[in-house]
Amino acid sequence: MYTLRLIVKNSLRHKLRTSLTILGLVVAIFAFGLLQTVIDAWYAGAEGASNTTLVTRNKTSLVFPLPLSYEARIHAVAGVAGVGYANWFQGTYKDPKNFFAQFAISGASYLDIYPDYLLPHDQRAAFLRDRKGALVGRKLADQFGFKVGDVIPLKGTIYPGDWELVVRGIFDGRQSTTNTATLFLHWDYVNESLKKTLPRRANQIGVYVVRIDEPENAAAISAAIDKEFSNSLAETLTETEKAFQLGFVSMSEAIVVAIRVVSFVVIVIIAAVMANTMAMSARERLGEYATLKALGFGPGFLTAMILGESLLLSLFGAVLGIVILFPFAAFLGNVMGTLFPVFEVTRLTVLQQILAALAIGLVAAIAPALRATRVNIVEGLRSIG
Amino acid sequence: MKIPLFYVARNLWARRLTTALTAVGLALVVFVFATVLMLDEGLRNTLVTTGEYDNVVLIRRSADTEVQSSVERAQASIVSSHPFIALGADGRPLLSRETVVLISLNKRGSAKPSNVIIRGIGERGLALRPQVRLTAGRMFRPGASEIIAGASIARRFSGAGIGETLRFGQREWTVVGLFDAGNSGFDSEVWGDADQLMPAFRRVAYSAVVLRLAGTSLFDGFRKDIEGDQRLTLDAKREQTFYADQSKALSTFISVLGLILSVIFSIGAMIGATITMYASVANRVGEIGTLRALGFQRRSILAAFLAESMLLAVVGGVLGLGCASLMQFISFSTTNFQSFSELAFGFRLTADIVVKTLVFSLVMGFIGGVLPALRAARMKIVDALRAA
Repeated sequence: MYTLRLIVKNSLRHKLRTSLTILGLVVAIFAFGLLQTVIDAWYAGAEGASNTTLVTRNKTSLVFPLPLSYEARIHAVAGVAGVGYANWFQGTYKDPKNFFAQFAISGASYLDIYPDYLLPHDQRAAFLRDRKGALVGRKLADQFGFKVGDVIPLKGTIYPGDWELVVRGIFDGRQSTTNTATLFLHWDYVNESLKKTLPRRANQIGVYVVRIDEPENAAAISAAIDKEFSNSLAETLTETEKAFQLGFVSMSEAIVVAIRVVSFVVIVIIAAVMANTMAMSARERLGEYATLKALGFGPGFLTAMILGESLLLSLFGAVLGIVILFPFAAFLGNVMGTLFPVFEVTRLTVLQQILAALAIGLVAAIAPALRATRVNIVEGLRSIG
Repeated sequence: MKIPLFYVARNLWARRLTTALTAVGLALVVFVFATVLMLDEGLRNTLVTTGEYDNVVLIRRSADTEVQSSVERAQASIVSSHPFIALGADGRPLLSRETVVLISLNKRGSAKPSNVIIRGIGERGLALRPQVRLTAGRMFRPGASEIIAGASIARRFSGAGIGETLRFGQREWTVVGLFDAGNSGFDSEVWGDADQLMPAFRRVAYSAVVLRLAGTSLFDGFRKDIEGDQRLTLDAKREQTFYADQSKALSTFISVLGLILSVIFSIGAMIGATITMYASVANRVGEIGTLRALGFQRRSILAAFLAESMLLAVVGGVLGLGCASLMQFISFSTTNFQSFSELAFGFRLTADIVVKTLVFSLVMGFIGGVLPALRAARMKIVDALRAA
């Protein structure tokens, strides 16, 4: 208890320096947490993906479609419980900056595969009835103020023309990590229009989504589906939805790696600042340490005191950094809107922040503690700080 | 009366450990600041050199990228007869009808798939891009299942090296040559004969038409003709503008991320500098008193401590910049959000970035040093001397 009071008193001796150090720590721990959250947001799509859902796409690349006739053949593969399909629509809402995901989906068969989208029954029925209907996610609705009954004009980039959709339902996510920054429209609507304007591109499917009952059969069923279409005009590649989403992430992996490296660099910088502060304190107090030694306190006590002060500062800074991270992440999540559908500080991030602070505190204390324990009493008493 | 600079420098040297720690902190910040600028510069450089100023790209109206676009054969023929198009030595227009598709290839080593652009070019495709040179092997023969691969593709993707084969469109394609596109975006592409690739991918329309204008000033007139023509639903863009637009999202992302990081980091580094300088002042109270007693003015003391802080920052800045310049040997590849294809680019250090970075570190040194220096300058002679 007495030691603790001494530590607190010591750290309060140089109020300005202490507050600057803590400020530095707050910035570092905050920045570290923020970067970690950005990385989590990057992987959120894959984390939320189910492993009882398979995605079948054209083997050559996603840009190439699959024929509509594959639906029945995939359905016939043993172990397949349901098949839906979707096309990436990519229309522009008013301005290209308002980017959000839009999928033209197969209707009930698609919605059935994703139980994480919570939608009132009457809204679901209304959507399924209206060929020009659309479903929007909660986050998207909040961002653009869409309400049921609103008309959303989209300008097609892949499917030329102007598309007018009527919002028939707004869905919520079952989990906080469910992506609700998406718009769904009817594949039939797109297809009917294509038959009139670009018949060559009609009856084509972007990806099939396949529900299977047993996750452990995923690999076998994937192989069976791909075998069904091997050596055809459109060979397929089937993988679990998680692998499919991770494929997207790995394409921008270089940026993720860069962010990760940077978040560790932050820690190193602040460890340097912190070590600096502790080194200075120790240098100034060499005389005191010598006095304490002369009074009979051992090197263990000195180390505990220095380490205690270092840890106290770093943990205090960490707590402040964590506390301000939450409102800021919420704010940033709102600002970025649909760019990152899920932007949440996870428990793991907080844990890592605390561990980082502990590491900083420990590292910073090493050099000064060594110096204090080694100080020669006579020399130390002679030194004048 | 000014305090000589060597006094300032010696003070930094006197407390080597602290100086080194602070300088390393500053250096890291400068390093991050510089690399982000270099990355953005590298990206811009890659995309600007991808386009020729006098080349024009035509894609379907409202399509953002070549991959989304389609240009009917009839439309391409209408365009090719426009009088503003430069003529080649044989008297035919310098124009290439191209087909662009994305295919996913696996990376060497990790076998991770990434999207790569396959570009089918017309016989003038190469003549339109003077920066593209064959470095190994030979050009593909028209009519054969042969392709040539960009330098960075051949290095990073399995099956894309010379003599190897890639399988797509139900055929094996032999890589017969490698080309170097001078670090432009074409380095991240695979090229083949448009007339072979179109049937392989069952395409009946081209993706884009690229042509050379007969004169720089003709662009506005040309665009008006194209966009005014009822038979065409095409947009005309200068090739340079086209490629710069392609990476706007990525470029904005890199600069915004870089700016945020630099700001956060610099706060940390400035705090480090402030702590160091406060300690420096505290250690030398007596010295400051003596200097004042000798007749040095408050201004000189202020200048001396500011100089010390800024010298510290310059040391850190040079150190950081030195490390950053090593990054030029590394190439960076990521997916371009707009075209959704792999794009490789390097870090590029320019004189402009060197100046910006050094100014940035000086500013950090100044801000970090100003409070401690003020404290030093405000000391009363008597108090300061007594403290010693």
